[in-house]
Amino acid sequence: MSQPVNSAEPAEPARATVNYLNHDRGVWSWLTTIDHKRIGIMYLVSVLLAFLIGGIFAMAVRIELLTPDPTIMGANTYNRMFTLHGVVMIFLFMIPAIPGVFGNFMLPLMLGAKDVAFPKLNLLSIYLYWTGAILAVSGMIMGGADTGWTFYAPYSTSTPETLFPVLLGVFILGFSSIVTGLNFIVTIHTLRAPGMGWMRLPLFVWGIYATSIIQVLATPVIGLTVMLVGIEKVAGFGLFDATRGGDPVLFQHMFWFYSHPAVYIMVLPSMAVVSEAIAAFSRKNIFGYKMIAYSSLGIAFVGFFAWGHHMFVSGQSTFENGAFAVISMFVGVFTAIKVFNWVGTLYRGSIVVSTPLIYICGFLFFIVFGGMTGIAVATVSLDVHWHDTYFVVAHFHFIMVGAVIMAFLIALHYWFPKMFGRMYHEGWGMVAAGFIVLGFNATFIPQFLLGNAGMPRRYYMYPERFQALNVASTAGASLLAIGFVIILIYLTFALVRGKRAVDNPWDSRGYEWLSASPPPKHNFAEQPIITQDAHSYQNPGEEVEHVVI
Amino acid sequence: MNDIMRKLLWLPDQASTFAPSVDHLHYFVITVTMLASVATGLLAFGFFFKYRERTPNASTPIVNPSVRFELGVIGVPLFFFLLWFVQGYRDYVWYTTPPGNTMDIYVMGKKWMWKFSYGGEGPNAIGTIHVPADRPVRLLMTSRDVIHSFYVPDFRIKQDVLPGRYTETWFEATKPGRYQILCAEYCGTWHSQMWGEIVVMPGPEFDAWLADQRRGLSDRVDTGGDDGASFHGSIVEYGKKIAMAQGCLKCHSVTGEPHIGPTWLDLYRRTETLETGEKVVADEAYLTDSMIDPRAKIVKGYKPVMPTFKGRLAAPEAAALVEFIKSLRSTSLENVPSKEAVYEPASK
Repeated sequence: MSQPVNSAEPAEPARATVNYLNHDRGVWSWLTTIDHKRIGIMYLVSVLLAFLIGGIFAMAVRIELLTPDPTIMGANTYNRMFTLHGVVMIFLFMIPAIPGVFGNFMLPLMLGAKDVAFPKLNLLSIYLYWTGAILAVSGMIMGGADTGWTFYAPYSTSTPETLFPVLLGVFILGFSSIVTGLNFIVTIHTLRAPGMGWMRLPLFVWGIYATSIIQVLATPVIGLTVMLVGIEKVAGFGLFDATRGGDPVLFQHMFWFYSHPAVYIMVLPSMAVVSEAIAAFSRKNIFGYKMIAYSSLGIAFVGFFAWGHHMFVSGQSTFENGAFAVISMFVGVFTAIKVFNWVGTLYRGSIVVSTPLIYICGFLFFIVFGGMTGIAVATVSLDVHWHDTYFVVAHFHFIMVGAVIMAFLIALHYWFPKMFGRMYHEGWGMVAAGFIVLGFNATFIPQFLLGNAGMPRRYYMYPERFQALNVASTAGASLLAIGFVIILIYLTFALVRGKRAVDNPWDSRGYEWLSASPPPKHNFAEQPIITQDAHSYQNPGEEVEHVVI
Repeated sequence: MNDIMRKLLWLPDQASTFAPSVDHLHYFVITVTMLASVATGLLAFGFFFKYRERTPNASTPIVNPSVRFELGVIGVPLFFFLLWFVQGYRDYVWYTTPPGNTMDIYVMGKKWMWKFSYGGEGPNAIGTIHVPADRPVRLLMTSRDVIHSFYVPDFRIKQDVLPGRYTETWFEATKPGRYQILCAEYCGTWHSQMWGEIVVMPGPEFDAWLADQRRGLSDRVDTGGDDGASFHGSIVEYGKKIAMAQGCLKCHSVTGEPHIGPTWLDLYRRTETLETGEKVVADEAYLTDSMIDPRAKIVKGYKPVMPTFKGRLAAPEAAALVEFIKSLRSTSLENVPSKEAVYEPASK
């Protein structure tokens, strides 16, 4: 901890010379590593690549929709494009992004552990991810899957396109997700540092814990479901085929039984990141710790019983629709609790305005608007008009891009010095954040209006009255893309030439900052002992004002 | 106010009795949503300035929520959410309960077109249907291939159309005009072109149009497509022909006489008691289910001897049979359950 790294740059802070990044070199040392931090970095590279691919398909879709008639591609190509966009973004980016990258990297650090409970299983999970990813993407490009990411039967069972590699890919990706979840659950139960009771867990850990439970319980169902579609396509059992006694709606029940909780697999980690970052950047004890922690578990639980709100116009009975609608309202309440607590944490803080904070501000707006439009589409009579239109597309992009990607960017900026020991350029960070928050609004607010106007989703050609809003949305998407390119440039620059960071540049009280940045191979020089509550900005022995509102 | 909101939100015309109630709730929900999200964003932004860092590493107070605050943050959103649920569900129940006096139209979706047959005596059509204004119209819908979804934005109605099953929706158009039908459930290459049109005519004009269509029906040469649409005549006649060709009438009488199967006379909407003691109303769903899976719901006193017609009846043929059954009404208005079975040949 005492030697200057480089005598040519004497102004730099003292730091350990050997860390997890450089203790061992060469590609092989990475491919065979069981270090949770290196696995996290490999996830980071992989999900960023997936995000790039998914983003390119998204831009292709947006460009095609500039005109009501064919613009740059044919109908079948368009159908493949949005399928690729959906599958890549959901299964290869959204689901593994925060747990795979930041969960892997931060969780053991936050718990004061050397690694996760099963390091080899952890390595297996990324190999499963790569196998699934390669199968799914190459399978879609060569086989031409055109079903959308939802694979609805009987369309998927009757399309002439090859689906088997994609389905197998999704099946294997599911195992990657289960293995990660299982590993995290066991780690949280068994590897907490001395003094860390459950009520001292950092809120990021609570969020990841709730997520892992869903991953373990719900993911087998998607595996089963895609397997049934695969069997149906190959062997033709007629499970979803009405002419042979099958049930054409059965698939949707099974699919959404996973895919609705999967929304929370994506959203809960993003909420967890915000809980961490908002405490760090307002230098304040988190407001309503228990409410935030329990509401994560509440969302995970209630999320299992809300799937039918995806099927209000599927022919489901009026009673079932009512039941699913009421249950969906409760998910909204849990989210509302969190929002109040985040804003409450800012109250009377000592707020450091920085790049992650811009994203937090965007996040709060997006999660409230996205969440409440979710309540709107769960209101049955309104959903009849909005179902399967761009309103729904805009709603879930508000949650998945607005909330999840904002949180991913918050995490990336907040933990960048932790992971790489370097700082990014704050000015460029703010510029990019501005592009992204504005570009995001410009992309998706027109899509809400398109849905109101009645444009169904997955439309290659559309009536001319929808063109103005489509052009506006594509223009917004360009701003969003510019924002991401700026981030790519300054972060790459920071990685190579960025200013060296001190161990805890934000003066955060998160436990993960107790180790050096970047951390040494085994995380801590000695076993940390936890004596304070999580996110406590009270100095030992210091008297601070207690306020109850 | 209604019109300003509607235009601000880019909503289409309100051309059905259902549309205004949907839109009013929409305005309420979306206004609260916008206020809440902008207020949250602005409050956070305001806090950034008000509570910005003045001295590095300043100590901050520990702020905790009181029980009253906690109950408030749970109670206020829950109040709004449940209020919207109650209003929305009440409207939805109204929307899923068609009145008794509807005019029925059969709809068949297939890649990538909509086909229509009028219940009772009426023409078949592809792509365009004519309906009267200010009269309830019920659509009985099925698909020949994959799942489609029948969507009329101006009416605010949407219902998935499933293969092998009948789903229904209804509307009462309020303004004469032409309204677009869109397919809202992804169904392949030309999903985005699976459009149709509803032509709403003033009542008397519609009656004249229908009479005109019927006059021309007998000598009209219908060139459209396969199955039901190629039959030159009313759907009831078509149903009768199928009933004879498929051998239905060997077991079901149309005169009210008891036979191997329940008589078809007055069968439609009759309340039948099943073997299990359960009571069912013989509606469109029950009749079509019984063709496809006859042993699932056997009327009390009858033997499960009917073979399945699964795969032997195309969807429009099943629809035509149902229409034929619906046309068989005795003059008596009694609605009595089927009598005991008789295993003698029915006298002609």
